[in-house]
Amino acid sequence: MHLVESLFSKDIKKAATRDGYGEAVMELGEADPNVMVLSGDLTESTRTLKFSKKFPERYVEAGVAEQNMAGMAAGLAFEGKIPFVSSFAVFSPGRNWDQIRVSICYSKANVKIAGSHTGLITGGDGATHQALEDIAMTRCLPNMVVLAPCDSIETKKATIAAAKHQGPVYIRFARDKTPVFTTPETPFEIGKALVLRNGEDASIIACGTMVYPALQASEELSKEGFSVRVVNNPSIKPIDVDTIVACARDTGAIVTAEEHQIYGGLGGAVAEVLTTNRPVPQEIVGVMDTFGESGEPKELLQKYGLTVEHIVSAVKKAIERKAEGFGVRKAV
Amino acid sequence: MAISDLEVLELEAIANTLRQDIIRMLVSVGSGHAGGPLGMAEVFAALYFHVMKHDPKNPFWDERDRLILSNGHICAVRYAAMARSGYFPVEELLTYRKINSRLQGHPHNLSLPGLENTGGPLGQGLSQAVGRCIAGRLDGKKYRVFCGMSDGEHNEGQTWEALMFAGNRKLRNLTTLMDRNNIQIDGHTEDIFPLEPLKEKYDAIKWHVIEIDGHNVRQIIEACDEAKAIYEKPTAIICHTIPGKGVDYMENNYEWHGKAPTKEQGDIALEQLKAEGERIQKEIGGLSKA
Repeated sequence: MHLVESLFSKDIKKAATRDGYGEAVMELGEADPNVMVLSGDLTESTRTLKFSKKFPERYVEAGVAEQNMAGMAAGLAFEGKIPFVSSFAVFSPGRNWDQIRVSICYSKANVKIAGSHTGLITGGDGATHQALEDIAMTRCLPNMVVLAPCDSIETKKATIAAAKHQGPVYIRFARDKTPVFTTPETPFEIGKALVLRNGEDASIIACGTMVYPALQASEELSKEGFSVRVVNNPSIKPIDVDTIVACARDTGAIVTAEEHQIYGGLGGAVAEVLTTNRPVPQEIVGVMDTFGESGEPKELLQKYGLTVEHIVSAVKKAIERKAEGFGVRKAV
Repeated sequence: MAISDLEVLELEAIANTLRQDIIRMLVSVGSGHAGGPLGMAEVFAALYFHVMKHDPKNPFWDERDRLILSNGHICAVRYAAMARSGYFPVEELLTYRKINSRLQGHPHNLSLPGLENTGGPLGQGLSQAVGRCIAGRLDGKKYRVFCGMSDGEHNEGQTWEALMFAGNRKLRNLTTLMDRNNIQIDGHTEDIFPLEPLKEKYDAIKWHVIEIDGHNVRQIIEACDEAKAIYEKPTAIICHTIPGKGVDYMENNYEWHGKAPTKEQGDIALEQLKAEGERIQKEIGGLSKA
């Protein structure tokens, strides 16, 4: 549903999600004279170089000073600007969390934080630069919207939606090229998840770069006779309670998948929805409370348990737990 | 703009009233900060009653000068100055720090119209002031941005990020007023985390620096006028103040940075402040007759 044809072709087009961000800020810059970009000495890496050339007066080179960058963005927002704060996620929101908490979220400053280089697929730079905690640290903040788009097209839509939304937004995206499997027509809305593939035995709820592997996992499982729903959940906050509860009701078993720590990310957010609405077995695919390391993206995903095979086995485990009668006390 | 001796005395009288308000607020709630607010009474009297372009009845007036308070913990003096200049009823001052109040212990921009920022965690205000300066310059607006700061918050790295940025960008619409009272929570600034030489540091990062007696109203106003006339640089006004000014047992005692007087201590403080207020009124009377 809503996806490219020949979804599982080996030749599927690839692009970095950060490219979608760069395209979006260009479009926004053309359309709205209040849109500004701040960069923490990472203009090329965050794909804001074009913006800086086209709109030099609305571009602020903040230098390697992320705390000041976040605060300046708040000041700009209070004067009616729509600032996009661009850096690596390990630095922003990593190094300026208190500024984001007080100057932006508590103050309801209309600031957009764009965090690039999230996940293990940041690769060779190693653990220091692989943001795996950014969802946890942003989704706990009142007034914050947290978006984790799944490909470059959705990143563009998320960025444009962020500009339209009045209030603080955090968007996470990544460095490496990943499959472009949605289309310009695929719906995107803050607060909404989208069922990409129907199924009855279990549901995989994924975000960011794990959505495509989730689709592949569902395809693999179908060959073994399992019918597995796949949900793209780019809006970590506000989260789409209705769609998640429907998955629990219809399929009785949930797997979440994300390039983030297993604590505090999408898995945690979905678990919060399930426990307070409709508890069913849930397996969380993510980085298992550890730091990454240098390596090729593919090698890292394999080593740290974020491949199609890992999702497949998590789905089987969730289905098994469902069959065992989750929540029913067994006789000893 | 030149200021007469009478106007100076009238602003001193206002500063004295603000000090009495601060004592009443702190005694009423039994917590809060005493040292900083008392020390900055002349600065806030000068800003709200002489220097700043603002309209208490229209706090969102587009052309108003913006006052960012970075060291939010001294907000009692700002609340008092706002109430006395007509932003809200003076009685509301006694809700400070209490449940359901607009006067939060550290100021929250959305709680009270006329507050430009949320401040408390030190070092955050100047960056916001810088952002407002960039926006004002971009839009060709005439407003000035003032930023109240503490000396202690110069421990924070973010303060220096913002200071260097503002100096490099020649943000001439920015004026800071630093409360150089030499104390922070754990003791004297030069014992805890020495800041001197401060002026030389500011000079090196391309700021215009003016050092004044922060209790001298005329110097405060002249420094703000001078800042307006400086076209190439942001201006830092280092206001040398006495923390706890006007209450003898609080003056220069860092232990009064973050605590409130008891009822009895408050009565003693008010007695001293009222005596000073009467002295100023007498002087005003003498000047008016002459």
